[in-house]
Amino acid sequence: MNNGTAILSTDNLRMHFPVKGGVFQRAVAACKAVDGVSLTIMPGETLGLVGESGCGKSTLGKTISRLYEPTSGGIAFEGNELADLSRRELKPFRREIQMIFQDPYESLNPRHTVGTIIEEPFVIHKMGTRAERRQWVADLLAKVGLPESAAGRYPFEFSGGQRQRIGIARALALKPRLLICDEPVSALDVSIQSQVLNLLMDLQREMGLSYLFISHDLAVVKHISDRIAVMYLGRIVELAPAEEIYNNPVHAYTKALISAIPVPDPTYVPDRVILEGDVPTPIDPPDGCRFAPRSGTGHSPEMLETLPPFKEISSGHWVEACPVCAPAR
Amino acid sequence: MGEVEPEILLEVRDLVTAFDTDAGQLTAVDGVSFAVRRGRTLGIVGESGCGKSVTAMSIMRLLPQPMGKILAGEVLFDGRNLATVPAEDMRSIRGNRISMIFQEPMTALNPVHRIGKQICEVLTQHNDLSPDDAWQQAVEMLDKVGIPSPEIRATEYPHQLSGGMRQRVVIAIALACGPELVIADEPTTALDVTIQAQILQLINNLQRDLGMSVMLITHDLGVIAETCDEVCVMYAGRVVERAQVKELFANPRHAYTQGLLSSIPRLNGTPKSELQTIDGMVPALSELKPGCRFAPRSGREHAPELLVERQALRQISTDHWVEACPVCARG
Ligand SMILES: Nc1ncnc2c1ncn2[C@@H]1O[C@H](COP(=O)(O)OP(=O)(O)OP(=O)(O)O)[C@@H](O)[C@H]1O
Ligand SMILES: Nc1ncnc2c1ncn2[C@@H]1O[C@H](COP(=O)(O)OP(=O)(O)OP(=O)(O)O)[C@@H](O)[C@H]1O
Ligand code: SF4
Ligand code: SF4
Ligand SMILES: [Mg+2]
Ligand SMILES: [Mg+2]
Repeated sequence: MNNGTAILSTDNLRMHFPVKGGVFQRAVAACKAVDGVSLTIMPGETLGLVGESGCGKSTLGKTISRLYEPTSGGIAFEGNELADLSRRELKPFRREIQMIFQDPYESLNPRHTVGTIIEEPFVIHKMGTRAERRQWVADLLAKVGLPESAAGRYPFEFSGGQRQRIGIARALALKPRLLICDEPVSALDVSIQSQVLNLLMDLQREMGLSYLFISHDLAVVKHISDRIAVMYLGRIVELAPAEEIYNNPVHAYTKALISAIPVPDPTYVPDRVILEGDVPTPIDPPDGCRFAPRSGTGHSPEMLETLPPFKEISSGHWVEACPVCAPAR
Repeated sequence: MGEVEPEILLEVRDLVTAFDTDAGQLTAVDGVSFAVRRGRTLGIVGESGCGKSVTAMSIMRLLPQPMGKILAGEVLFDGRNLATVPAEDMRSIRGNRISMIFQEPMTALNPVHRIGKQICEVLTQHNDLSPDDAWQQAVEMLDKVGIPSPEIRATEYPHQLSGGMRQRVVIAIALACGPELVIADEPTTALDVTIQAQILQLINNLQRDLGMSVMLITHDLGVIAETCDEVCVMYAGRVVERAQVKELFANPRHAYTQGLLSSIPRLNGTPKSELQTIDGMVPALSELKPGCRFAPRSGREHAPELLVERQALRQISTDHWVEACPVCARG
């Protein structure tokens, strides 16, 4: 892949958590939450990230933000390698990558006013005078569609959608270039969800932001993303432009995932692939195609032992699959 | 009490449910009416806090005590008013003729009992069964809800199962006594789409095979479209619109129903286009007005008198009703 102009790229990124056991609580196994992910995000682009619960979406987001120390692999921000940097060396890059979370309430200190919460990043980075910071807070509130008076109030006085706006305002404080949005609208009612999605799309146009947009709501991801990455058990199994992945899914897992979306149209007759079994855990995943044990189709032993290649089957459409899922065209 | 049509299994009439709180008595369900037909699925949809769960709890007589009370209305189930039957009778109806599936399976399961035992308990509570027969039936139920190796699973504890498996166990418990009505309150909200598809298919199949009626509560219009025959749309404690599912999606009348349907992103929508929104937010219980509660968010022009009084339930077509002033009712 040509990473020349990417704002962010990861190279075979791994994030393994130790699984402790026994009397001495020694690491007895590894939870391979992110297990070899290579992807890129371009300036001004939204990359959607979808997959079932526990497949490693949040861990990938947090590893990219360097909230975790990656087990191995690379993370480059505009070509600068972040994976090995110390805390101090990371500081200038921290401003560039910010996260917003599913439940803004958990990430907003309930004892602080909204003004103090949004001002905090400026204080940490020792920016501006008090008066300047107050002005910046007012500007940020205006940007996310909240009144200036919100600064003097506390998070509990706001609705879910408004709290998510507060979280977004704080994330935007340091003018980041990349925003990792981890299920930002999942806790919101549909009428409020569309307000927040519109806000994110407006901010992107206005500020040229890039997003990694994590969600389990595939209709939402499809709406907001330029490209979509499908994750299964720690790996990206398919990556393509948003329209392409919905119109032309190739991997058996992507097909099952897309066909499972309930369509809000009672005249639509779904052509559904019902998956057998449950989402497996990323502890001790198969060496080969992670999805093979669930996919139902007959697999030869070697398919289960070696990972299929990640290949570009048409322009911009990548899939990690053996020829059964991705026959040569 | 008026006549109930024979095809109707459950009819809720003008149900009012309130809670005693520090801020006084708050009405969470304010005059709600709907019916569940035999062998059919009724969907209840609406945003968080609009009273869906409280409606279900009222029907089941499981309101938190002593705060929760049914203040008025009837819950007619097969000819009896459940709102007034003695607690003793209600206990035997619950789990036997009507059962409930909750969103979070862990709250419905006892963590310290084997799964098989929990199903046996329901079976022996309502039927005269030997322990061996009950165990055998419990294993059969697990098999029926699609749990592999049911003999082994029956001996396991809830924490040994995944979320999707647990929800299957909850369904097995709910169906153990062959209820006539199942009330499922967000049964798939905590699950992944792929597992949701499995569970919804399971409920559909069991309904077809056993001829049960289902009342399905969800905030997901996709789930409604796929599984329900009829739909009630709730807003701020009231049913604002109800219709056959195809009619509701094709011809929504209430500004709230229209707003809900147009604000969800569609798979076939224009990528990155601006989504429709509903301005403002759901009012708190303490701020509810007698008039149309959606009016301040509807973006429509209103004569002031429309907002003062509760609007009548108006009939649009055979099974299509809307509680709205003429502005919304006209469409
Ligand atoms: N801090 C941690 N320590 C140990 N294991 C973890 C940690 N964080 C996540 N995991 C494990 O890593 C795997 C991936 O979790 P992650 O939260 O990234 O999934 P996800 O795709 O975001 O799921 P969801 O859709 O439920 O949010 C899971 O098996 C989880 O239990
Ligand atoms: N025990 C209680 N005491 C006081 N108020 C309550 C109680 N239980 C529920 N309520 C209120 O009743 C209203 C309706 O709640 P209900 O749980 O029925 O909403 P819902 O439609 O099921 O929402 P959700 O989609 O979030 O589950 C809410 O405003 C809620 O705060
Ligand atoms: S056919 Fe190949 S790529 Fe597809 S699920 Fe099976 S092993 Fe994986
Ligand atoms: S037009 Fe009437 S029914 Fe519709 S939102 Fe306004 S007051 Fe309510
Ligand atoms: Mg997550
Ligand atoms: Mg509820």
